[in-house]
Amino acid sequence: MARLGRSTWAFGEHQVAVKAVSTVAGPWESRGPLSDAFDVRLDDDRAGQDTWERAEQAMFRQACDIACDKAGIVASDVDLVIGADLNAQLTSFYIGLRQLARPMLGVYSACASLCEALAVASLAVATGFADVVLAGTSSHNSTAERQFRYPTEYGVQRPPTAQRTVTGAGAAIVTRGRGMWQITHATLGEITDFGVKSPWEMGAAMAPAACDTIRQHLADTGRSLDDYDLVMTGDLGRIGLDILRRLLVDEGVAPESVVRERVNDCGAIIYHPDQPEVFSGGSGAACSTLVTFGHVFREMERGGLRRVLVSATGALLSQVSAQQGETIPSISHAIAFERGD
Amino acid sequence: MPVATPEERARYQALVHRLTPGRPVIRNTARAFVVGGLICELGQLIQALFVRYGGFKPTEAGNPTVAVLILLSAVFTALGVYDRFAQWAGAGSAVPVTGFSNTMTSAAMEHRSEGFVAGIGGNMFKVSGPVIVYGVVSAFFIALIRYIVEHL
Repeated sequence: MARLGRSTWAFGEHQVAVKAVSTVAGPWESRGPLSDAFDVRLDDDRAGQDTWERAEQAMFRQACDIACDKAGIVASDVDLVIGADLNAQLTSFYIGLRQLARPMLGVYSACASLCEALAVASLAVATGFADVVLAGTSSHNSTAERQFRYPTEYGVQRPPTAQRTVTGAGAAIVTRGRGMWQITHATLGEITDFGVKSPWEMGAAMAPAACDTIRQHLADTGRSLDDYDLVMTGDLGRIGLDILRRLLVDEGVAPESVVRERVNDCGAIIYHPDQPEVFSGGSGAACSTLVTFGHVFREMERGGLRRVLVSATGALLSQVSAQQGETIPSISHAIAFERGD
Repeated sequence: MPVATPEERARYQALVHRLTPGRPVIRNTARAFVVGGLICELGQLIQALFVRYGGFKPTEAGNPTVAVLILLSAVFTALGVYDRFAQWAGAGSAVPVTGFSNTMTSAAMEHRSEGFVAGIGGNMFKVSGPVIVYGVVSAFFIALIRYIVEHL
């Protein structure tokens, strides 16, 4: 356990592991190309509940239950619960998981929250303050629309840069020791702000944050992009991913061929490009969670990937800040995963 | 790099601009023209029906026509169709009567879960409120100007 460079925590080999993960995906996500990577595929985005908010809470709760089941533990074995969602006051996390009756830490860095939660979980495990940590996030298309935009049925024309908030939830059981998915590093991001104001251009707002954190991670660890089989950003979407790749090349992080081959984005691959109402791709706190815990972890298990950096990206705006004409500050936190064998 | 200087911002905006597909302005304009026109044609048709079969005078048929359009738009909003239609039709679907009905119906549906008073009552005009406020304010000033001009 050591700090590397400016902002990277190194947890050491075989110190912190993800023991089990779970994913609950909404209907749109279940019709996407990663469909068979998810544990639960809902065909009803109300999840049998009477409001969108309760639906999101139920999904979050279900994800936690499945993660515990897979790890062979019960809720009372969990020492600490860390989580996030996009609703004001983190209601999906706190209300959805209140019955767990375990110590809880709600965190928020918008859609970068997954990596923030995993960083804090790893810290707690590595220092010995907790042996078993449950970490997860949720988001729901319709609760996010209400939180950040318009009523769901309001007829407003979205530009091609718009993204669809992912409906889903996912959770991980983080423990000490060896496991299939080792957490080796966490790089904590700094705020970047390049003056993007439009809430329809989240990809452009967040791409510099992802670029900054990836660059910082590589500098702190002395690694290069080639040391990773895959670098996944959270939810830049297809347009944001193009911008990020250009930034990484321009910043001299790696040559264009390497960047094209190694760098991808969860939001760019969670939906088919021709799915309706998807536009530039997926976004939301559950976007990186579903893709990382569903798709990326499965590929690691199958042996196609050994070392992966996930740099989840968050746009730190509110409806008020956007209406007051504020620019959109963004942040990205990165977690390095490695196969433990 | 974190908080960009004005020069860095400008350079970044240029990069974003280069890599961002623009809104399909010509396609949007054409669709808005056709769809907006068709909605008005529909209104005209309904009005003609009220005159022919409902016994309304042409000057009085406007109100029931508007009521029918409001109802149609509310029904299609409730069925979850209007927002998809609006994505395709753009400004064409925002023509006053149907667009206005959609703003009110969608806000009422959205906030139904917060109750009838604080939810529906308190939020129904959330999206459409500005139209009413500035419609009334601008009507007042236009009337005032007209009054002054006519009486001077």
